Amino acid sequence: MTKVGSEPSKKPKGPMWVNAEITYKCPLHCVFCYNPMDYASTLKSELSTADWLKVFKEARELGAVQLGISGGEPLMRDDVEEMVAESSAMGYYVNLLTSGIGLTEERISAFKSGGLGQIQLSFQDSTKELNDFLSSTKTFDLKSKVAKLIKQYDYPMVLNVVLHRLNIDHIDQILEMAEAMGAEHVELANSQYYAWALKNREHLMPSREQLRIAEEKTNKFREKIGNKMKLYFVVPDYYADRPKACMNGWGSVFLNVAPDGLALPCHEARMLPGLTFPNVREHDVSWIWNDSPAFQAYRGDSWMQEPCKSCDEREKDFGGCRCQAYQLTGDATKTDPVCSKSPDHHLITEQVAKAQLPQPPASEVKPLIFYRDDKNSKQFASEMQD
Amino acid sequence: MTLDVTKPIVLERQFRFQFEPAQDCYVLLYPEGLIKLPGSSGEIMKLVDGKLSANEIISQLETTFPGVDLKQDVLDFLENANDKGWIRAE
Repeated sequence: MTKVGSEPSKKPKGPMWVNAEITYKCPLHCVFCYNPMDYASTLKSELSTADWLKVFKEARELGAVQLGISGGEPLMRDDVEEMVAESSAMGYYVNLLTSGIGLTEERISAFKSGGLGQIQLSFQDSTKELNDFLSSTKTFDLKSKVAKLIKQYDYPMVLNVVLHRLNIDHIDQILEMAEAMGAEHVELANSQYYAWALKNREHLMPSREQLRIAEEKTNKFREKIGNKMKLYFVVPDYYADRPKACMNGWGSVFLNVAPDGLALPCHEARMLPGLTFPNVREHDVSWIWNDSPAFQAYRGDSWMQEPCKSCDEREKDFGGCRCQAYQLTGDATKTDPVCSKSPDHHLITEQVAKAQLPQPPASEVKPLIFYRDDKNSKQFASEMQD
Repeated sequence: MTLDVTKPIVLERQFRFQFEPAQDCYVLLYPEGLIKLPGSSGEIMKLVDGKLSANEIISQLETTFPGVDLKQDVLDFLENANDKGWIRAE
C-alpha cells in the first residue's frame, strides 16, 4: 500500500515520436545539414535491420505512434522496405523523410504495400545544386519524376524546402516549382543554425529585409493558390524574442536514434558534453527513456538557472534549446540566448546585426562555405580528438 | 460542407485509426500527429469502414445502445469530422 504523503511515482510518459536516422550516408552535400559534423564516425557502425526492428518494437510498447525514417538519405539503405512493413504492422504511422534520390517505382510500390503513411520530400539544395535547380532542368526532371510517383501511389505531396540567405530571394521560383509539382503541403523553413548550418551561419542567415520580402511573396502566393496548397513559412529563431519550445521539452515526446545506435532526446544532442548517451545496442528503450541519466538531465525544470528558473513562461518553452544554449554560451543549462531575457542575448543580436550587412556576390561566398561531405566530416572528427 | 448521409463514409487516405493502449482510447494518426477519440467519438469512428453511410452508422449505434437518442450527436460528430478532413462520403 502507498504510504500516506509519499510521492506518487513520477514515471515519465513514453515517447510519442521515434525518429530513426538509419544512415548518415547521403548523396547530397547540403551546407545547412543538421547531421552531426563528425557523422562520418558512424558510417562503419550502423545498426542492423534486426537492431532497428528491436528499437521500434520496444518504443512501440511504451506507446510511441509516429515513426520517422530519416537520415542522411534513408534510401541509401536497402532494408527500408522491411522496416516500413514491420513497423507499420506494429501500429506505427510511418513517415519517410527523403530527398527523393533513389526513390524508384519498385521501392515506392513496396512502401505502399508495406503501409507507409507519408513521404516528405525535401529539396536538396546547396548553392551549386540550387543553381542547377533554378537554371537547368536536370534536378527539376528528377523531382518531377519523383513527384509523379508520389501522386501515382496516392500519397499527399509534402515538400520541405530549407530557406537561407542564398536562396531566399528566389522564393517565387521555388513556389512556382512547388505548384508545378502539385505540392499540397509545403514548408518553407529557414535553416536552423546547428552543426553544418552553424558552421555556415554567416552565409545562411538572411537579412530582415530578405525575410520581409520573402514572407510577403509567400503570403501573396498563398492568397492566389487558396486551399490547393497548405503553405508554411518559418523564420529563423534568431529573429524571435522568445525561444522555441525545443522538442516540446527534453525527453518529453521525442526519441532520436542515430545510425550507430546512440539514443538522443533530439537530433543534435550528441554534441553536448558531460552526458553519456545510451546506445540501443546495450540498453532497451524503456531503460533509456525512463532511467538513463542522459534522458533525465534536462527533463522538467530542476536543472534551470535564472532567468528561466523563476520565469512564468518556463513551462511554455522549457528555456528553449539546450543545444543552442551550449553551442553559443558553452553551458547547456543556461537560457537559450534567443530569449530576450537571457544575459547572453547579445550573442544573437550581434549575429543578426551582421546579417543586415550587404551581401557579398555569390561568387565570393561559395569558396567560404563548408560542404557536408565525408572528407570534411573526418577532418572535423580528427580536430575534435586533438 | 454538408455530409451526404446516404453515401458510404471513408477515412481520408492520410489517416490511420486504431486503439492505443497507452492512451486508453481510439486515436487517429496522421502525418506527425495524433487525435484522441475518447468515448463515443471512438465508437462512431470505429464504424467508418468505407461501406456504411452516416444513416447506417446511426442505426447500428442505435441497435448497440438501445433507448439512447444519439442521432443528432452522431451527425454533429460526423459533420465535424468531415469539416476537419478526416472523413468524406463517396
